[in-house]
Formats: sequence, structure tokens, C-alpha cells
Amino acid sequence: MKAYDKVKIARHLSRPTALDYFNYCFDDFTELHGDRLFYDDGAIVGGLAKLGGRPVTLIGIQKGRDTKENLKRNFGQASPEGYRKALRLMKQAEKFGRPVICFVNTGGAYPGMGAEERGQGEAIAKNLFELSKLKTPVISIIIGEGGSGGALALAVADRVWMLENSVYAVLSPEGFASILWKDGKRAEEAAEIMKITAHDLYDLGIVEKVIDEVPGGCHENFEFTANLIKHSLEEELPQLMAMSKDELLEKRYKRYRGFGVYNE
Amino acid sequence: MALFGKSKYWPLGFDIFGKKDEIVIKEAVESNLGETDGSGEKQEKAEDVSLRCKGCGKEIKKSEAGRYRICPDCGRYFRLGAKERIYLTADKGSFVEFDADMTAANPLDFPDYENKIAAMQSKTGIKDAVVTGRCKIGGYDCIIGAMDSSFIMASMGSVVGEKIARAFEYASENKLPVVLFAASGGARMQEGIISLMQMAKTSAAAAKHSEAGQLYISVLTDPTTGGVTASFAMLGDIIISEPKALVGFAGRRVIEGTIKQKLPDDFQTAEFQLEHGFVDLIVERENMAAKLADLIGMHYSKEGDRL
Repeated sequence: MKAYDKVKIARHLSRPTALDYFNYCFDDFTELHGDRLFYDDGAIVGGLAKLGGRPVTLIGIQKGRDTKENLKRNFGQASPEGYRKALRLMKQAEKFGRPVICFVNTGGAYPGMGAEERGQGEAIAKNLFELSKLKTPVISIIIGEGGSGGALALAVADRVWMLENSVYAVLSPEGFASILWKDGKRAEEAAEIMKITAHDLYDLGIVEKVIDEVPGGCHENFEFTANLIKHSLEEELPQLMAMSKDELLEKRYKRYRGFGVYNE
Repeated sequence: MALFGKSKYWPLGFDIFGKKDEIVIKEAVESNLGETDGSGEKQEKAEDVSLRCKGCGKEIKKSEAGRYRICPDCGRYFRLGAKERIYLTADKGSFVEFDADMTAANPLDFPDYENKIAAMQSKTGIKDAVVTGRCKIGGYDCIIGAMDSSFIMASMGSVVGEKIARAFEYASENKLPVVLFAASGGARMQEGIISLMQMAKTSAAAAKHSEAGQLYISVLTDPTTGGVTASFAMLGDIIISEPKALVGFAGRRVIEGTIKQKLPDDFQTAEFQLEHGFVDLIVERENMAAKLADLIGMHYSKEGDRL
């Protein structure tokens, strides 16, 4: 399968969303709203739930399935308030010793006027800064599109996993082709050389696990992939929870510190 | 810090406090400082090239712009090369460069990337888009870094990320303030996801420096955008900007394409960021070194001890 075919599956309108996983993989999900500063960004959802009896904090970037829902969700493109809501819930999780599980699915942070006026860059930067030292385990799962800084703002974690047909990149293949070749139509070609598929990123050491989907994509069999996610979390979380805070943070720092290839 | 022993990030044989290396590096750097113009191109001493002002559009001789590279007609700043910037900021003779020979690899086997890097290196006289090192500013020891927009629009790839992260780690270990002059078009496209990870890496290093109780002053210069804005540039304890610098996250054309309308001319300027609360102060280029020294000095007692 070509990389761009995976981009199409990752963007499929029927692809399961963050809230689908919240409701299927966890018990007693209660949504919590707002950044306590400006407003409630519908592109970011979050709240409390239980996994095998253990309380967890869930945060996700939510896409809509139709136009009406997408207006509410802004097509899964978060504003600064969304990232600040996410940060509020992360700090709350830290206070109460709950692990944080993020479900990432965004083409990128919203490039709007208000988003710039209210500090999109600062909001993303602050999340990277705070997540790097958040004293509780964090697992991030790329479930569809992992678009640039807007995705990374929820993906500085102890473990980063990707669904088999999700993609994660510095920029959309369209944007990449447009910047490098001044031709957005060369997106398929860009997708091939960008190394954006789950298996490419696993090989590069960017993610620790690739979670299977049935042929055609997880919208064809949601339960199959959702069960794999649930079991993976049930296996991984107790190990992360057992680590001392110092060890956890040291390993998280080293995870990101090690990324980079250069000659000297 | 036990976690980040020198041995790992500062390989044996490269002790930057070692006398011999220090002198060699110093001489090499001093001889290069101030030898580049705003476009980063190496200049022949005798040649007085023309520069076009972004503010008034007039063409002026480089010599007319003076050492601060300011348009004599409208006051607009020309962009500075990284070494020019350090030359204008650091106390004379105090700068010692770190990681001067670090160069980009090609992690994604991106077509033609090596050639592009080699061409930029010979054009600009620097190895990648940031120069870092140790210096004094107004007598205060500090770690300095300056990005150079003439090198692939100062995009952040592995070399920029690594040098910034090492600068923070060195500063934390040695209890020194960090001053970084940001300038960037965003991520280094040719390094794909690896360049995205540099945002997390530099932010984590800034966080560690902050946790160690150390000062970080970020200076935003024209243009500071994309992944650099959304990482270390916005994480300073104090954030300064040069007047009229372009500072933002998303590009103007991308925003205009999204909202289907033209943006006002002053959108994403330093003044816009000051008004919206994302910049502490705007400082003119000719006052920058003195203001940095003042601000660093606020963190020391009269006897010179860190407060």
C-alpha cells in the first residue's frame, strides 16, 4: 500500500474518533470542559474515566463525522484554548496521580486569526514544556492524522503508539509539496519520501508500538482495534505506574533528547 | 547533574574549558565575527554592496546601514547573520563557540539534501542555522545562541535542535543564564518527523533549565515563526522582540487561505505580540546588549552572587 493510501484511510470520514475510544475502551467517562481562561474548544475533548477500575485522565483531538459536527469540532483543528484545556487536565491528572492517555487526530493546529491573537505558538510550546516534566505517566496514541506541532502538543509522552493506518508528520503531504516544490498536487509523491506511516516511524524509533487494524481500516471493524488498544493500555500502564517519578521523567527526557541525526 | 554527565554529550577531547582548544576556537571565531552581512553572505572587505530595505524599498549601500544594519531612511532593520548578531551582543573577545563543526546528516535520505547543505555552508560561512557558545554580556557570563535566517530560513533540523539542547544543558550544569536570538521559518522539511521532534527536545531542555532555577531570555527577531515559535522561542522567562519583527505561528498565506480574507499589515508583528501579551518588551537593536546586561544583572546580588 502506498503511503498516500494510508493518508486517505487516516482521514476517512468514518474513521473512529477520540470519543469513540473513550466510550468503548474505558468505563464511566465524564467529560470536563473549558480552559478556565477564555472558552471551551470543541476540537479538544477530555475528562475522567476508569480503566480496569483505575482512574485515568483522557484527552483527545476530536474530528466530526459530518459538516454540523465538524463546525463544532473545527475539523479537529484546535485553538490555543484547546491546548490550554488539555494542559489544565494534564496538571489535574498530575495532582491526583492519574495517568494521562491522549488520542491524537488532527491535520494541525488551527491557523486562524483569533488563534494567532491568543497565542497558538505559546500554547503549543507551553504544552511541550509542561509535558516534558509532568509527574505522572503519559501515553499518546495517534489514531488518525498526527499533524505537526498541533499533534505534538499532546504527544510528548512516555509511550507513543500509532494505529496501523494513521500517519504522523511535520506537515501534511500537501503542505510539504507546496513548500518544497511549490505544487500541492504532488502530495502523493511527498507522502512517499516523508516517512509518515506507522511502520516507517516505528523503524525510525519515533513510536514504540503499531496497533493493527483490519484490512481497509479500523472503521471496517472498530472493536478489533479498540480491544487491542484497551489490552495494550492494560498491559503498559501498571509498568509505568510502578516507576518512580524520577525514573519516569528521566526516561521521558532521554526519549526526546535522543531524537536527531547529525555529524560532528 | 548526574543524569547528563559531560561524558555523554561532551565527548572526551572536546573540553571547552581546556585552554588549548579554547584558544583555537576563539581565534577561529573572532576572525569570522562581523564578516557576514544580513543575508549571511561573506563579503570582500573592499566591496560595499547594495541592500534593499524591506521597509521603504530603497536600495542603500551596506556602509550606510552602519554596524547595526539599520536603514538610514526609514529605520527598518536588515536581518543579521548569526555571527554578526553575536559580535554586536557579546563583550569583545569573550565568545567561545560550541559545536562549531556539527553538520546535518540526512536521516530520511531526502533527495539532494546533502548538496543543499553544502551549498548553504559555502554561501553563508556557517555549518547550520544556529551558532551557540559561551560569552560575557556586560561582564556577565552567559550562554548565547543566534539563529541565521540566511541558512535555509533558519529552519530547525537536528543540528539546530541538538545545539540548542546542549546549550541549555551546559547552562544548567554551570548555572549560567541563556540568551537565544530566535529567527526561523519553521521546521527543516528535509528532516521530516525528526525536525518535529526537535520542538519537543528543545522545550524539554528549556524546562530542565527552568527547573534548575536558571534564567532564560528569548529574543525574537525577524522572522520567528512555526515550530520555533511553538517551542523554545516562546518559553523564555523574559521574551524580548526587535521592533517590527515578524513573530507568529502559522504563515500569513496559510491563515489568509483558511479565513478567506486579507490580514491587516501589522498582523503578527512584534508590536502585535506585545499588545496581545506574548512579548515582555521591545528593544531597539542598538540598545539590546545593554538591556540584556541589565536584565541578567537583576538576577545577581551587588556582590555578584546569583540571587
